Amino acid sequence: MASKELILSVEDLTVSFDGFKAVDGLNFYLDKDELRVVIGPNGAGKTTVLDLICGKTKATNGRIRFKDKELTKLSEHQIVREGVGRKFQTPSIYENLSVFQNLEVSFPKGRSVFGSIAFKRSELVTERVRAVAEEVLLTDVPDLEAGLLSHGQKQWLEIGMLLMQDPELLMLDEPIAGMSVRERELTAQLLQRICKGRSMIVIEHDMDFVKKIADKVTVLHQGKVIAEGSMDKVQADEKVIDVYLGH
Amino acid sequence: MQNNLLKSFAGRQGWTSILVLALVLMVVFPLGLDIFRLNLVGKYLAYAFVAVGLVVLWGYGGILSLGQGVFFGLGGYCMAMFLKLEASDPISTKIQSTPGIPDFMDWNQLTALPSLWQPFQSFSFSLLAVIAVPVLLALIMGLAMFKRRVGGVYFAIITQAVALILSVLIIGQQGYTGGVNGITDLKTLLGWDIRTDTAKYILYFLCAGLLIGAIITSRYLLGGKFGMLLLAIRDKEDRVRFSGYDVANFKIFAFCFAAGLAAIGGALFTLQVGFMSPSFVGIVPSIEMVIFAAVGGRMSLVGAVYGALLVNFGKTYFSESFPDLWLFLMAALFIGVVMAFPNGIAGLYESIAKRRSAKSDDTKSEPLASAPEKTAAAADKAHWPHPGAATATQS
Repeated sequence: MASKELILSVEDLTVSFDGFKAVDGLNFYLDKDELRVVIGPNGAGKTTVLDLICGKTKATNGRIRFKDKELTKLSEHQIVREGVGRKFQTPSIYENLSVFQNLEVSFPKGRSVFGSIAFKRSELVTERVRAVAEEVLLTDVPDLEAGLLSHGQKQWLEIGMLLMQDPELLMLDEPIAGMSVRERELTAQLLQRICKGRSMIVIEHDMDFVKKIADKVTVLHQGKVIAEGSMDKVQADEKVIDVYLGH
Repeated sequence: MQNNLLKSFAGRQGWTSILVLALVLMVVFPLGLDIFRLNLVGKYLAYAFVAVGLVVLWGYGGILSLGQGVFFGLGGYCMAMFLKLEASDPISTKIQSTPGIPDFMDWNQLTALPSLWQPFQSFSFSLLAVIAVPVLLALIMGLAMFKRRVGGVYFAIITQAVALILSVLIIGQQGYTGGVNGITDLKTLLGWDIRTDTAKYILYFLCAGLLIGAIITSRYLLGGKFGMLLLAIRDKEDRVRFSGYDVANFKIFAFCFAAGLAAIGGALFTLQVGFMSPSFVGIVPSIEMVIFAAVGGRMSLVGAVYGALLVNFGKTYFSESFPDLWLFLMAALFIGVVMAFPNGIAGLYESIAKRRSAKSDDTKSEPLASAPEKTAAAADKAHWPHPGAATATQS
């Protein structure tokens, strides 16, 4: 594990909202092909860290290096084009488009205005959409308006939209929130399938789920990392028990 | 590929509605109406360009502009400036103290043609300016606002302010613009008298033809990935941004496109009506233009044309009979349509058509979703679109 190359290194990252430091001098390193789960109590700054990496929030201080690129200087769509995909906490899909169209729109070709006007649905695109739809268990409903999907299916669809872009780093914010037990299981399997060949950061509260998928766990508290390591190690950590697991 | 392209057009019931519209505009109206009324319809069709642009911008893109009159007016003024210069030749203006300049300049003690007006002596420049000036303004406004993520109500208010500013500016600069009267007494286009009945017929057909062209162009834009992205931006702007798209560029393009259509409408308006004035630029006409699109159906390119026709017929009729009540009636119409039929006439028509086809389908279709575990192959056959097939947009 130790000899693996880093894909993401976050150093001294700080963001303050009117003096309140949501993330405070955070250091965080992610190996290539690693699946990291970030846990922590409410308000620990988990979502903010993802916002900072994907450019939604601008850092007050610190550096975020993804491969050789400094992300803090790039705009959101440039960060995506570098290979960072991000799923939002509440399913964020295009309700008025069909499942097929949701995936097709996410295909990383025709991203400029004129590129999109000239874009033609080729065999390649259809094949890719079909493959991704199969991956996220939505093969049966390509023509359904996405707004009519169940909550769990919407979550899967958004993951599928990210897979269309084939990101090297995939960040998921509470992917199983609001899912049934069966859907959670399927999602765990899905994550284990799609994490092959890419790095992932997952924010999650459900400890059983975390145990199932995590290579390594990072615990955040008040914008700082208080523990990092395997699930067992983290669960045994005094500090973690004190601020989070114990309650 | 060409076959695919054709399929993506022909596979649409929307084509039928465009054909019906073309028939109505090109055959039914010219045969059924005298030239006075046909000319009136032509004027309404000039407004319909704005409404079609609003379907793209507002219906699909979710960007409400309350300042489309600005672009309509600028297009109209660019055309009017050329026509006015042609009408102001030294012979017909020889009674002025400075012959050869437009009459209103003479009245305002101008003694030479202002440099702003000079290039409008060229027809090709004027034609270019009809489109370029409004699109350039839209580009600047779009860059200034969308790049800074100004949107929604703020955008609407700012466009409204621009409409007010431009109309105040035009009225204030009487010597350069003709002031509140506008630019009047337009006579000929390259020596061709635009006031004759034949000219009015030709201009009407030009207007209707270009309008159908505008609808087909818009349809092509909306039918592809660009249209899907506009809907996606309207729905979840952040998701689009975090899928690698520079959202502002798409909004700017839609805004410029709508501005360009409005400008063409404005130029055709000038040609058919024979004058241009600030009363087509300001806040009230801009809002009326939004009402055309809303009444017709903001998701329907064809519907927008019917909306423009219907509201304008209504306006002509009611403002003649009850001049004081018209504004209230217009407001009531707008509120009523938005509350009762958010998708306008087109939406109403579609839901009726759907209900009817659902009724006839009841008898033959088998119950849906009988097999919970459908095989992928069966699903393929049933649903998966073919490459190049049309992406769903409403007519």
